[in-house]
Amino acid sequence: MSTASQLTSTEPVDRDATAVSINNLNKWYGNFHALKNISLKVTSGERIVICGPSGSGKSTLIRCINQLERHQQGSLTVLEETLDEDRKRLQRIRRNVGMCFQHFNLFPHLSVLKNCTLPQTANLGLSQAEAIEYALTLLDRVQMREHANKYPGQLSGGQQQRIAIARALCMRPQVMLFDEPTSALDPEMIAEVLEVMVDLANDGMTMLCVTHEMGFARRVADRVVFMDRGEIVEEAPPQQFFDTPQSPRTKQFLTQILDHGVTTA
Amino acid sequence: MTVLTKQLHSDRQAPPRHPWKHLATRWIKKQLFPTPFQSCLSLTTLVLLLWFIPFALDWLLFSATFVGDSKADCVGDGACWLPVTQRIELFVYGFYPDTEIWRVNIAFGLAASILPVLYLKQVDRRWVLGYLIVLPFLMWWLLKGGAGLSEVSSTKFAGILVTIFLGVIGMLFALPIGILLALGRRSKKPAIKLLSVLYIELVRSVPVITLLFMASLMIQLFFPEGMTIDIFLRVLIVLIMFTAAYMAETIRGGLQGISSGQFEAAEALGFSYWKTMGLIILPQVLRNTIPPLLTQFIGLFKETTLVVVVGVLDVVGIAMSTTSAPEWLGLEHEVYLFLALFFFIICFTLSHYARHLEKQMEKSRL
Ligand SMILES: Nc1ncnc2c1ncn2[C@@H]1O[C@H](COP(=O)(O)OP(=O)(O)OP(=O)(O)O)[C@@H](O)[C@H]1O
Ligand SMILES: [Mg+2]
Repeated sequence: MSTASQLTSTEPVDRDATAVSINNLNKWYGNFHALKNISLKVTSGERIVICGPSGSGKSTLIRCINQLERHQQGSLTVLEETLDEDRKRLQRIRRNVGMCFQHFNLFPHLSVLKNCTLPQTANLGLSQAEAIEYALTLLDRVQMREHANKYPGQLSGGQQQRIAIARALCMRPQVMLFDEPTSALDPEMIAEVLEVMVDLANDGMTMLCVTHEMGFARRVADRVVFMDRGEIVEEAPPQQFFDTPQSPRTKQFLTQILDHGVTTA
Repeated sequence: MTVLTKQLHSDRQAPPRHPWKHLATRWIKKQLFPTPFQSCLSLTTLVLLLWFIPFALDWLLFSATFVGDSKADCVGDGACWLPVTQRIELFVYGFYPDTEIWRVNIAFGLAASILPVLYLKQVDRRWVLGYLIVLPFLMWWLLKGGAGLSEVSSTKFAGILVTIFLGVIGMLFALPIGILLALGRRSKKPAIKLLSVLYIELVRSVPVITLLFMASLMIQLFFPEGMTIDIFLRVLIVLIMFTAAYMAETIRGGLQGISSGQFEAAEALGFSYWKTMGLIILPQVLRNTIPPLLTQFIGLFKETTLVVVVGVLDVVGIAMSTTSAPEWLGLEHEVYLFLALFFFIICFTLSHYARHLEKQMEKSRL
């Protein structure tokens, strides 16, 4: 078991290292061209927010990074490792890249604590005691420690999403991917999840978030990436992105999203 | 509203002297005589039952003969249970040597302990799983002997011993094979997928009795001269392979019920294929499919009776040999009723257990 080497992720990261590098990525679903020539570089510690209209390929892009979707053209380098057919390498990358889903996807047959310890014992080779200790620290951090023995079905959406974040963090990832983590939540629960994400960002985690929470983008993003019809249309720091959008498609999207009263606070 | 309060009021004013009597009449009215048509049906059934039950009880128990040595002792009008009571050891243990019967008893005990073990929630799942894996080998060793125990030829196996043995060992092997087949059918590797589909569809479209005949007659053709496989083992393999094909379909249904999000979450956390299946997907699938799987076990248990056609004497075989023995000639009714009772008790317990599990699961699924 190559466990020891995987725990080194807690070491301070090189600030200028490239965490994710995407070059001319193309992806088709059958005949449908879902991603067109996507190139994106994310340095360690950078926070990227990806937005765009429905069906623009945001999820597809983010899911290509940990290969939940396979691409057909272009290259993808994650944490210095270039993705190829090698399954062992892919698993190593996946263990270093955490992901949170729109619908949480907690394991319903396991308690909250077990949700957080199982990935550690099964994939990092840690002992039960070590796993529990680390899981409890993280559950504390997302303020879910008192629910450790409950089952996912007994918790609210916001609580489940916070646990999902803790579960992903249990693998000591160096990069976190979020795919609309708040869009399945009732409005009153969005804040508690965003709070955890802001906390994580302040800690220096490299993050790629697909979200429509423009307030969050303004507050934490280093860069906002706007996608439409499978292309990256515009990318800019939030200030510039929101105040002086360049492309007419971005402008249209922003007016739409602001009209619909999505939180901008 | 007013009617209701009035009723409440009058209820309070005149409390029925025997509340249970009141409730009983209400229940009877509601359940048995709600409409004229249903009243007719209820009355007919009642009359039939009233006529039949005393008659049946009298024949089965009150006028029946339980003790005696031979058919000559059966003098009453009722059933003659002597072929069963006189040969109960044969029915249960077959021709197993008398001095070794304790081994069979232990094996029965181990098999019966499966249900309480599944019941216990506090016990670590891994222990339960380990127990279920070891159990068939343990039973085989106990019955067949070797490694410290004296060997017993499987020609000595007969009766309930055979039925339980085939049923329990069959189930415990069929389930893992069924799981593998179900996974194979969903595999992305074309060869594995094709083989699984072919196997499942082939087995499911042939009656089990055909497979049993093939096992008893044809398998020998494929082995070199002189090498024989115990007929007992052969029918066991057929029953396992047959049940596995059906279980595979049940499990495949369960797999389809798991959302793709579960697979994705596991993949994203770096679980390998087997770990994803073993730790995350299958526990959920099995939990959801325990009731249908138990139903299949009941089916398997009843199908074991077919082995009699290839010369393995299970409990039905013993029953047949009893009814054709000259000293018990003409007592088929009693013998087959006993047989029916035996299967009823076991299958009813199992199906009751399945229903209990189903209710439990509904409760725990929030
Ligand atoms: N498995 C699939 N098979 C075929 N087409 C797909 C598949 N998944 C996505 N698509 C298509 O690819 C396009 C991009 O999908 P994607 O889910 O990435 O969009 P999105 O930007 O995440 O949208 P949303 O905001 O609705 O989540 C859509 O047009 C969608 O219909
Ligand atoms: Mg999406």
